Amino acid sequence: MQPFTSLTGVAAPLDRANVDTDQIIPKQFLKRIERTGFGPFCFFDWRYLDDGTPNPDFILNQAGYETASILVAARNFGSGSSREHAPWALEDMGIKAILAPSFADIFYNNCFKNGMLPVVLPEETIRDLMARATERPGYVLTVDLERQVIADQEGVVATFDVDPFRRDCLLNGLDDIGLTLQHVDSITTFENARPDGLPVTTPAA
Amino acid sequence: MSSPRTLFEKIWSSHVVREAPGEPALLYVDLHLVHEVTSPQAFEGLRMSGRRVRRPDLTVATMDHNVPTTDGPVEDPVSQQQMDALATNCAEFGVPLYDLHSPRQGIVHVIGPELGLTQPGTTIVCGDSHTSTHGAMGALAFGIGTSEVEHVLATQTLLQAKPRTMEVRVDGALSTGVTAKDIILSVIGRIGTAGGTGQVLEYTGSAIRALSMEGRMTVCNMSIEGGARAGMVAPDETTFRYLEGRPHAPQGKAFERAVAAWQLLPSDTGATYDRVEILDASWIVPHVTWGTNPGMVVPVTGRVPDPAAAADDTERRATERALEYMGLTAGTAIEDIPIDRVFLGSCTNGRIEDLRAAAGIIRGRTVSKRVSAMVVPGSVKVKWQAEAEGLDKIFLAAGFEWRNAGCSMCLGMNPDILAPGERCASTSNRNFEGRQGKGGRTHLVSPQMAVAAAIAGHFVDVRAWAGDA
Ligand code: SF4
Repeated sequence: MQPFTSLTGVAAPLDRANVDTDQIIPKQFLKRIERTGFGPFCFFDWRYLDDGTPNPDFILNQAGYETASILVAARNFGSGSSREHAPWALEDMGIKAILAPSFADIFYNNCFKNGMLPVVLPEETIRDLMARATERPGYVLTVDLERQVIADQEGVVATFDVDPFRRDCLLNGLDDIGLTLQHVDSITTFENARPDGLPVTTPAA
Repeated sequence: MSSPRTLFEKIWSSHVVREAPGEPALLYVDLHLVHEVTSPQAFEGLRMSGRRVRRPDLTVATMDHNVPTTDGPVEDPVSQQQMDALATNCAEFGVPLYDLHSPRQGIVHVIGPELGLTQPGTTIVCGDSHTSTHGAMGALAFGIGTSEVEHVLATQTLLQAKPRTMEVRVDGALSTGVTAKDIILSVIGRIGTAGGTGQVLEYTGSAIRALSMEGRMTVCNMSIEGGARAGMVAPDETTFRYLEGRPHAPQGKAFERAVAAWQLLPSDTGATYDRVEILDASWIVPHVTWGTNPGMVVPVTGRVPDPAAAADDTERRATERALEYMGLTAGTAIEDIPIDRVFLGSCTNGRIEDLRAAAGIIRGRTVSKRVSAMVVPGSVKVKWQAEAEGLDKIFLAAGFEWRNAGCSMCLGMNPDILAPGERCASTSNRNFEGRQGKGGRTHLVSPQMAVAAAIAGHFVDVRAWAGDA
């Protein structure tokens, strides 16, 4: 996994509550069996008009925001489906950090597995950042995981909390599976002590 | 004496493989369910790192999301490729697979319980948010992402921070025509779509105890729509009777021993939860969603809400946007909303009991001329059972289409989709923008409400019909 330490980039405001993963990546694109290449389909129904041309009303199509790598979003971002295609699509279109008042659990979790940083900030801070990003297209923020701060050119605008284990994995680009396999003996011990009669999936009568 | 524990705590603590300060717990997974959409990248990851599936005997796969519900070949080559990839991966890694030709194929959350694989006291995961369904059997079951699918395949464990708990107590008796679907829609209406974030919900109370296993699955299924990690119901006689004799359930003496162990699982008297919500079942009425998430819901006797009445600015804009997308005007009576399509199926309401209840509403009536309606059983077994009981004849005579098992129009990855602007009464679980087809408008309801709407051509309060038996 790519490490995430600090990111400086354009912040785009996406002022909608409950943005669900069906919006982030609609189902017709879930048939791909690859992990990459979902970027062009991210926010598909909002991003393109019926004739396939970019929808000028959608924020990421507007001047100053095309290169955004930070999304400032509203509450409960990423609700709905467990599809990891959602963070894959965001990441593939260049979004590496998402700031919001709250996230849905599975989406939040999935971001960390893909070198992306979701940051929970108070509603007022988000409203403030949303306003600045809206008023000044091209507004640049720095999201610093090492120091756990958000800053703009004028200085620090917020600090944030993050689970220390997740922070460590992101900073070092650690692979969960590799970490867990260091404890394979514990797993084997646990398995040997499991009670008899638990269900198995191998063909039953 | 150890302190009283909840059902959740008992399952959690008996599955912790390893705990270390500042790290999430390493949790053992008893059953890993796999489907074609969220698994190809996980198997590919294993292949690239030269890893094996640690416990193929605790893993099972099926095809459900992409499958056509009509006889004949898969028309979309990309869907076919995804199903082929699953077949290849299962063969290569030794994972049992119920494919399109198997009599055990069906929606992953329907077949787990149906085969007796879903058992009390176990931990169950799947790359699918509605894995919460399996909690109805007294299991700890939750959805995971594809990276975690790979982690479970490789290690049979999962790194998990311990969630908090919420008791949702529903006491009293439901009125005739009011269902498990209405319970869960009213719970979500109450707590909101993010109300359960970071929590496991345990449903308790006399109204929950009175539900069948199918009803409990409907309730647990939609826990994720309230933002929760999982939903659970303590196992009891209803659970044991449901499991007895199922292919993967313990048999004979082993079943008796298992029941004795399962009886120790319910939450102890005096066990506490981080939060408690209490509902009175006798107050619950049939519910209909009006907006673009399951929390946007009102009683069928209600009206489309006015954005001006929203709690704050974010809510007001969300309401305005939802009304615009749904093509609705504030203040419209729910019963005055005409519909074009009806979808009866999904892992929420595609089980045999749902089909029986829905067929029971028909009583010789026919689907309105303005409506096109379809029934998609949740599994091959549900379909065959319904046919053995003659339910297919009742649906067909009324003008419903009778399809093959799969997810179908719940998410429209196969050809079953809404056209832009079409309005659908659906027994599924998500009414997100475009969920059932770009521009499609979804209203979530119970199976009985869906059938009544199909016949009337608009929403009706099914309590008036259910009483005339
Ligand atoms: S029926 Fe719908 S919600 Fe259930 S697993 Fe299939 S797509 Fe997901």
